[in-house]
Amino acid sequence: MTSPDGWTADEMMTVTAARALHDGQACFVGIGLPSTAANLARRLHAPSLVLIYESGPIGAKPDRLPLSIGDGILATTADTVVSVPEIFNYWLQPGRVDVGFLGAAQLDRFGNINTTVIGDYAHPKVRLPGAGGAPEIAASCREVFIVVRQSSRTFVEKLDFVTSVGYGSGEGDRERLGLRGRGPLRVITDLGVLQPDTETCELTMTSLHPGVTPEAAVAATGWPLRISPSVVKTPEPTDEELRVLRELTS
Amino acid sequence: MAELMTLADAIADYVHDDDTLAMEGFTHLIPVAAGHEIIRQGRRNLALVRMTPDIIYDQLIGAGCARKLVFSWGGNPGVGSLHRFRDAVESAWPAPLEIEEHSHAGMANRYVAGASGLPFAVLRGYMGTDLAAQTPSIKTVTCPFTGEVLTAVPALNPDVTIIHAQRADHAGNVQMWGIVGVQKEAVLAARRVVVTVEEIVDVLDARPGAVLLPSWVINAVAEVPRGAHPSYAQDYYDRDNEYYQAWDSISRDRESFTRWVDEHVLTPSSR
Repeated sequence: MTSPDGWTADEMMTVTAARALHDGQACFVGIGLPSTAANLARRLHAPSLVLIYESGPIGAKPDRLPLSIGDGILATTADTVVSVPEIFNYWLQPGRVDVGFLGAAQLDRFGNINTTVIGDYAHPKVRLPGAGGAPEIAASCREVFIVVRQSSRTFVEKLDFVTSVGYGSGEGDRERLGLRGRGPLRVITDLGVLQPDTETCELTMTSLHPGVTPEAAVAATGWPLRISPSVVKTPEPTDEELRVLRELTS
Repeated sequence: MAELMTLADAIADYVHDDDTLAMEGFTHLIPVAAGHEIIRQGRRNLALVRMTPDIIYDQLIGAGCARKLVFSWGGNPGVGSLHRFRDAVESAWPAPLEIEEHSHAGMANRYVAGASGLPFAVLRGYMGTDLAAQTPSIKTVTCPFTGEVLTAVPALNPDVTIIHAQRADHAGNVQMWGIVGVQKEAVLAARRVVVTVEEIVDVLDARPGAVLLPSWVINAVAEVPRGAHPSYAQDYYDRDNEYYQAWDSISRDRESFTRWVDEHVLTPSSR
């Protein structure tokens, strides 16, 4: 899907995700869309973004997109490489990491994520890869961004399995569970951006990408989606953003 | 003290049917050649332990070596599903596969407890997820100092751990560098240890950031050049990303997988 202005919905999503990262932050990066967005941000407005990968590299500065979570380019360009127990225990768990960047196979209105099974756990319709680092990233990073394509198959009324917790069943649940980070403050999709309601924590559409109607967003969501009364239009990708992104992904 | 042996002898001596077997390596230094030797020797009923099962365990599961998998992320990194793993879980082919599922943080801490001689590890993890309801080895523990309720996971102490490293000396001291994952912990947690290496050298000169595993915590060292292929060995060869891509279609159906194992693992010329 390409817009009349020559960019795709995926490019809009990646650029929007990159814009959400600030220079100097430490960012725990998953492979795929999150890694593309974080590496794009580092080449644009956030040259001092600290990229942390769960395989152990801290401060990775890859000159191309890593193809796996433990790509050699991450180790050879990092400030330091630590063991896997250390990355989780010393760096993630105490809340040293500003932003955790996650994907999702299923997402619900409170930003809880399923990456484990579709269907029943004991007799799954589809067995997905599972948790990886996500449950503790979702719990312990100061804030979490989720990057995922929006469809009623992914944005569901009820998850088949809770792999990683967003806001649980609503306001106050993170505190009750002892989760110390602030949770999923942004969900960035190919249609726009959702943010938690300040009172109920329900994900609400606060930004729509150019050309996306509120009706289209509602149709791509499996729960009755709320559109913020002050919803804005996402600024289009600039020529510079597109040029650098395409350089990175070519 | 480690004994220098052939890979076939090391597997024959140290990996037995019904063992709990850990093969670690986080994307880097995955002991793939050792996995193939286990398939060739027809080990059965293994409880396989690994944070990221990857294609090495997809092959062992599809070849019928496993009864159980203890893991935290079972995918083909950067590609998609592990089809043999999925077929075993979804359709019990070639045999039912019991699973014990954790998060990375939980698995890493289980190895740390095993290496430390402790019965369990404490972490902040799993709270609010559905994992604890499915995995009996996730429980809570109350801090005796603060009263805080935390997560407890039991130590992992594999019967045997196998890793791949860059090099060893003739005395069997092993040196590895780059992304070192959880291998030191997996080795120190195990009752028996087999290490394959890219090369045996006269002197292990010091390298910044390298992990050294002394000969006296290892049973067998086997020289197996390219023993981590299609994963990579930093400063020796790069990851074979095309192989990972190709695995998706090879492993998608039972027949093409079986043919692949016959041709690439079981046939003597493939060794």
